[in-house]
Amino acid sequence: MGLALQTKGITKRFPGVLANDHVDFELRKGEIHALLGENGAGKTTLMNIIYGLYEPDEGEIFLDGRKVEIRTPRDAIANGIGMVHQHFMLIPVFTVAENIMLGAEASRGVVLDRRRVVEEVRELSRKYGLDVNPEAYVRELPVGVQQRVEIIKALYRKAEILILDEPTAVLTPQEVEDLFRTMRELAAQGVSIIFITHKLKEVLAVADRITVMRAGRVVGTVTPQETDQAHLAAMMVGREVILKVDKGAAQVGEEVLRVENLHVSDDRGVEVVRGVSFSIRAGEVLGIAGVQGNGQTELVEALTGLRRPLSGSIFIQGHNLAEAAPRRIIEAGVAHIPEDRQRYGLVISYPVTDNLVLNTYYLEPFARHKVLNYQEIDRHARQLVQVFDIRTPSPYLPVSRLSGGNQQKVIVAREFSRPVKLLIANQPTRGLDVGSIEYIHKEIVRMRDAGCAVLLVSAELDEIMALSDRIAVMYRGQIVDILPAAQATKEELGLLMAGITEHRDVPATADRGHPAV
Amino acid sequence: MRMFKSRKASESIKALRPLLNALLVPVLAVFTALVVGALVILLAGGDPLAAYRGLFQGAVGSARAWSETTVWATPYIFAGLAVALAFKGGLFNIGAEGQLALGAVLAAWVGYKLPELLGTDLPAVIHLPLAVGAGMLAGAVWGAIPGWLKARTGGHEVINTIMMNYIALNMTSYLLNGPMKDPNPLNVVARTPEIAQSARIPPIFAGYRFHWGFILALLVAALVWWLLQKTTLGFEIRTAGANPDAARYAGVNVRRIIVVSMMLSGMLAGLAGAIEVTALNYRHELGFSIGYGFDAIAIALLGKTHPLGVVLASLLWGAMRNGATRMQFLTQIPVDVISVIQALILLFVAADAIVRWLYRIRVEEEKLVLTRGWGG
Repeated sequence: MGLALQTKGITKRFPGVLANDHVDFELRKGEIHALLGENGAGKTTLMNIIYGLYEPDEGEIFLDGRKVEIRTPRDAIANGIGMVHQHFMLIPVFTVAENIMLGAEASRGVVLDRRRVVEEVRELSRKYGLDVNPEAYVRELPVGVQQRVEIIKALYRKAEILILDEPTAVLTPQEVEDLFRTMRELAAQGVSIIFITHKLKEVLAVADRITVMRAGRVVGTVTPQETDQAHLAAMMVGREVILKVDKGAAQVGEEVLRVENLHVSDDRGVEVVRGVSFSIRAGEVLGIAGVQGNGQTELVEALTGLRRPLSGSIFIQGHNLAEAAPRRIIEAGVAHIPEDRQRYGLVISYPVTDNLVLNTYYLEPFARHKVLNYQEIDRHARQLVQVFDIRTPSPYLPVSRLSGGNQQKVIVAREFSRPVKLLIANQPTRGLDVGSIEYIHKEIVRMRDAGCAVLLVSAELDEIMALSDRIAVMYRGQIVDILPAAQATKEELGLLMAGITEHRDVPATADRGHPAV
Repeated sequence: MRMFKSRKASESIKALRPLLNALLVPVLAVFTALVVGALVILLAGGDPLAAYRGLFQGAVGSARAWSETTVWATPYIFAGLAVALAFKGGLFNIGAEGQLALGAVLAAWVGYKLPELLGTDLPAVIHLPLAVGAGMLAGAVWGAIPGWLKARTGGHEVINTIMMNYIALNMTSYLLNGPMKDPNPLNVVARTPEIAQSARIPPIFAGYRFHWGFILALLVAALVWWLLQKTTLGFEIRTAGANPDAARYAGVNVRRIIVVSMMLSGMLAGLAGAIEVTALNYRHELGFSIGYGFDAIAIALLGKTHPLGVVLASLLWGAMRNGATRMQFLTQIPVDVISVIQALILLFVAADAIVRWLYRIRVEEEKLVLTRGWGG
């Protein structure tokens, strides 16, 4: 088999970081090649270089054995390279065909030739076994199908090399299976695929070869036959990793949070939380499992005062705070690790110092008579930087200059350093490296053992299962079931996440409308 | 802790570095604009060196030149601070022009009418603050209205401040041509009567127009800096401007902050008008202030929305406006050339990529976000 793509000595420096250090990478024709590594290992940088988004400082790229210069994504597309980003680049109000022709419009004179595109898309779907209706509106399609649209978009532009960036992050286990089938089909027909991920199991399931990156370098390339999860994890991290969280039995106390029949709508006014009820007691972790986009975000926003619920009650230590402003809820002792840390949790242009008092700046000793006391704010920051081991050369550095893990530590430090009765952690370890994940998990368990009630929302089943005392599964805005963590199996949770309740009663509204987007 | 050992020394250097970085692009933009401006003058058949010599003399070449430059700079500073403060809160106050005009009108009205209404002379310690305060109040109200509209309905402040400008300017025109017109039978101009002595800020040096308003402007600049950097309200304004989602998350009442930012912004613009009336012209005249509020946007941009930057940019703007007359007198090169150069400066500051490319400056990690776009 010939080489579809080869990089030699790719080096890319960012201020203070060597993102790619003489990376040699080979992609054979028609293979599925997984690129595995922690966040910050340099996978995305390498792909962005191949896709023309970055220019390498050194190194060469070869396609089919000839050296090429790829300066822009346009060059990459012209050279038959297609990329499916983690966040889809689709326009929801356009049809599949319209999205696909966008930027590569077929036309007769100035008139768009929509019919031809529809035909070509249908042809492509047939050829690769991708089941997509070209005339459907994208906003009406489930996430898994939207991803197929992205793949067809790349194929429509004659891609022979397909880069899939963390494609499974937004999919249900069943959709992941579909994706893998599609990938195998594409590979069989000669498309070469680079599959970026940090999930070990998936890599072993689908890849022909696996290249592991760490700290900007290629650690090695292996085949699934000659490796296993523990070995891959060790390659990724550079040491043996304990994949389990140490925690004792829960010492459960008083009820801290009780949610009753909560209904919440999203920005478009669609009701996405539909009658959710649960409660959490001091000293226990309730995990909410579910595929992203099943109402978890809106649920958390309602609990933290960021979104006004349509109806229902939220009792925090007996007080109904369903209509309360965020500050009232913060002052009631609720800590919140938000899903999108750069959008909600931090002001990334602010220094670490200011971010550490983002919601306490007006309280003594940080302010007196409405004037900030920077001596105290700085002292507080230096203390937290030390206690929470935030790796920053100076507490005055903007948090935008910190790594993702350290940014999250800033949030954790801020939220855990005030008196907290209820911790709401939404995707607390998303995008973090294994070391930071271990740390955040330990801190969450520490809070629980200190008598804090914890609501953990995560799309990672492993995380939910490792940390939770009880697990609630959310599907299409409803809690399908709540199980004790000790009894839950991954398979059962996976089915519940897909809305399959086996011989249980299916919630009456579960099948109606509202695609999980 | 080891990493903080030499903090004191390195921090003081680090504290300066952002300032130098921030100054770099504007200074290079000014330089580049002057070079391009020289080409324009050359093409128009003039002598750029002579022109710039005239400009320099007229701007800062003598005590009188300095005095006039500060007279120009004073309303620029107030109005520039107004726009800069709103920018910090993530708001684009295009309405400084109208807020300033109304501030001038109301300050003038209190200045000439209040003693008449009360039937008695007022002591300056009461009358002057009342006149200035009235101007600030007018601006504050005029700024708060679009702020409130934004907070309540999401109506974009750019559109609404522009509309408020039309209302303010036409209202001013009506008042100065009608009810508030100077009744002196010899007067044909749309202007108010002179304000009472008790509402005037006296000149500092006889024979020079340099006035206390400039000193006040510097103090207000320091005050705005203090407000933004050292108070909880300033923290809230900056946070709401830098990341409104995070501000909400942190418990800041962002809607309230939008109204307060626009109100403070309008108040500063109103102060600009009030000071022109009480410290310089002693009346309000239609057309005197045309463009201050719009130049203020340019100045806030050039000054990178930092109060010190606004002061420096205002002095530069004032110097150029002031020096232009001398330049025209000496070289017959029309003052419009200066407008061209000012436009070029702005262009180079706004499109800083050009300057960075010209001088091979690496991109800073964070860019100033002036507005988050329409409907944002």
